[in-house]
Amino acid sequence: MRTMARGGQGTEAGEEGAAGSFRHLLSVADLGADGIAEVLRVTDSFVEVSERAIPRVPALRGKTVVSLFFEDSTRTRLSFETAAKRLSADTMTFSASTSSVKKGESLRDTVETITAMGIDAIVVRHGSAGVPWQVARWTDAAVINAGDGWHEHPTQALLDCYTIGQARAGAASDVEKVFAGLRVAIVGDVAHSRVARSNVLAFAALGAEVTLVAPPTLLPPSLAGWPVTVSHDLDAVLPGAEVVYLLRIQRERASEALLPSLREYTAGYGLTRDRSRLLRPDALVMHPGPMNRGVEIAAEVADLPCSVVTRQVANGVAVRMAVLFLLLSHPAQLEPGVAVDG
Amino acid sequence: MRGGTVVDAGGSRRADVGLSQGDVVAVQAGLDAGPGVTVLDAGGCVVAPGLVDLHAHLRQPGMEEAETVESGARAAALGGYTAVVAMPNTDPPIDGAAVVREVLGLGAKSACDVRVAGAITVGRKGEQLAPLAEMAALGVRLFTDDGHGVQDGRLMRRAMEYGSALGVVLAQHCEDASLASGGHMHEGEWSSLLGIGGVPAEAEELMLARDVALCRLTGCPVHFLHLSTAGSAALVAAAKGQGLPVTAEVTPHHLTLTDAAVASYDPVYKVNPPLRAQADVDALRRGLSDGTIDAVATDHAPHPQEAKEAAFDEAPPGMLGLETALAVLLTDLDLPVERLLALMSWQPARIAGVSGAHGGPIVPGRPANLCVIDPAASWVVEPGRLASRSRNTPFAGRRLTGRVRHTVLFGEPVVVDGQAQR
Repeated sequence: MRTMARGGQGTEAGEEGAAGSFRHLLSVADLGADGIAEVLRVTDSFVEVSERAIPRVPALRGKTVVSLFFEDSTRTRLSFETAAKRLSADTMTFSASTSSVKKGESLRDTVETITAMGIDAIVVRHGSAGVPWQVARWTDAAVINAGDGWHEHPTQALLDCYTIGQARAGAASDVEKVFAGLRVAIVGDVAHSRVARSNVLAFAALGAEVTLVAPPTLLPPSLAGWPVTVSHDLDAVLPGAEVVYLLRIQRERASEALLPSLREYTAGYGLTRDRSRLLRPDALVMHPGPMNRGVEIAAEVADLPCSVVTRQVANGVAVRMAVLFLLLSHPAQLEPGVAVDG
Repeated sequence: MRGGTVVDAGGSRRADVGLSQGDVVAVQAGLDAGPGVTVLDAGGCVVAPGLVDLHAHLRQPGMEEAETVESGARAAALGGYTAVVAMPNTDPPIDGAAVVREVLGLGAKSACDVRVAGAITVGRKGEQLAPLAEMAALGVRLFTDDGHGVQDGRLMRRAMEYGSALGVVLAQHCEDASLASGGHMHEGEWSSLLGIGGVPAEAEELMLARDVALCRLTGCPVHFLHLSTAGSAALVAAAKGQGLPVTAEVTPHHLTLTDAAVASYDPVYKVNPPLRAQADVDALRRGLSDGTIDAVATDHAPHPQEAKEAAFDEAPPGMLGLETALAVLLTDLDLPVERLLALMSWQPARIAGVSGAHGGPIVPGRPANLCVIDPAASWVVEPGRLASRSRNTPFAGRRLTGRVRHTVLFGEPVVVDGQAQR
């Protein structure tokens, strides 16, 4: 049986090896355990930068980072742009709603036009799976996947790994020790979730034991080769779970015959106040945001101390700084100390 | 035609073939070509009846940027075809006498004998029967709403009842629209990994099973277009086992590619029905050998480059096929050439109702619609050198073995030494 490989296989886009040598960040699987660990180590340095009075270093001065967002995502875009600015890169935003895409320009034309402006990285968000792989074929800039359809969202997985490491070990340097055998439950709409696909790949690469908890209609049609177990009984999974990762449920799922109603979903799969009593004392509750309070997570639960949702957001900037730094800084500058002090 | 091995439904023999006035006039070894006679070298080649494609999208009228009848017919001739059936999903669609006449007229001076399939329903909308008798009177033999299946079972039943009196064949693109909705590739392991909505095999098989039942009810011959699943092959085999008048075709790409190709996210691999799993490919290949499947058809579906440079789920489905079909199958399939020619020439000729002119046998007195195949010629598929106006071949860069050297249409050489003459 095939292992859970990522998309984009057979293309020149996905570069192997440690993060220091990769050209693009398309799938989190391209990094492997070593690459993820390297990104998290570099993230540690940038968390420190973010806490400074003037949270800015000149590491990417003169570099230009373009946000190419075909799908609205203010949170992810702001996180990337903040990360780029803290590294002193110039940033540009290309938003499909205000651009020539509306005038019928092809995806390839758009990418080639942006590339011709002389840029160093393109951060791509698109509602269709695979677009970052296509973009990488049409540009010589570094391409960062900021979410492609239901497929992947690698920086979300990296910031989730960082957040888990931070919460459970205090620092990311022990990340592989933290994840070995860690029992993670990913709950909700796995089928339509780029966050779930990237997190399964990342958590499993680091040695975690992942359980998907969802009604069959919200699981992918085939899980052959996925390094996961499956449950339809959240109550049975919660007492053993060290991390409970709740996915956002789109309200339209109820109108697509995937669910009878959101109410029934909450009854079976929501982390309600009653159900939260089944959580281990040391469990972490995570969510990629934005949360539907009262649907997949009760308002009170979202605000419990075990919830690290706001820490996920805060770490997002530092993780994206690490990714941009590793992709764009010259190999000679790879020592984080050199760049951060510069 | 000198020095070849003549292969037709009757077998194979070493012979030269003499042509005159559009017909075959002599088939024998050591023919003497008199002065002023053009000699086509067939040394080392198979001289076969011209191929017949049951399923080509020639895009005219309405989508001339992608293909025209002229360019599509040239591509067909280069691929060894002497007859193609043009699909009716044009703009406007071929759903009445006027557009039938227009397309037949466009094909009249082309490099191939262009026939047309008519739509089953007005505008291919699946709501109201198109004037089948009016089109049948112009020689239309196949009717299909290809691109969509006819969703309404009652309407399909009526079309088959009505058609059963006309001596026509109803051809179905089997796809239950509700089950296929939101799908852009085969539903399975790869769609799950890639995060692309899937089309389950059952979307095809359910409509196929329905139409087998309607065939039993009405007695109207049904042709199943582009089978893509193991289950479809089994349903067709069962229907044939009951003696029902059903036939089926499969495309070269469904015989040689799988859904794993979509991992590149290159929309050149997007096609409808989608590329399926290896088990489906294996079953379809068995269906070719055991007689379940009657024909290989290209489903040649040109699209302009920019349309395929979109996101996978936003790109239109379809692949080129006419210029590569024979070579791909000679290269990738382990079928004797006689069997392959049956599937690509005389069997589809019967389904299309063109056996009088196409598909052989190669004997004196028959129309000279022939192709000469060099089974040893090795070549690389270069999209920019294809005669099609479009470039969307999934076989770009592939080295293939076997190539059409000459094609003769009603006695006229339309391809000589691999070069189109029209």
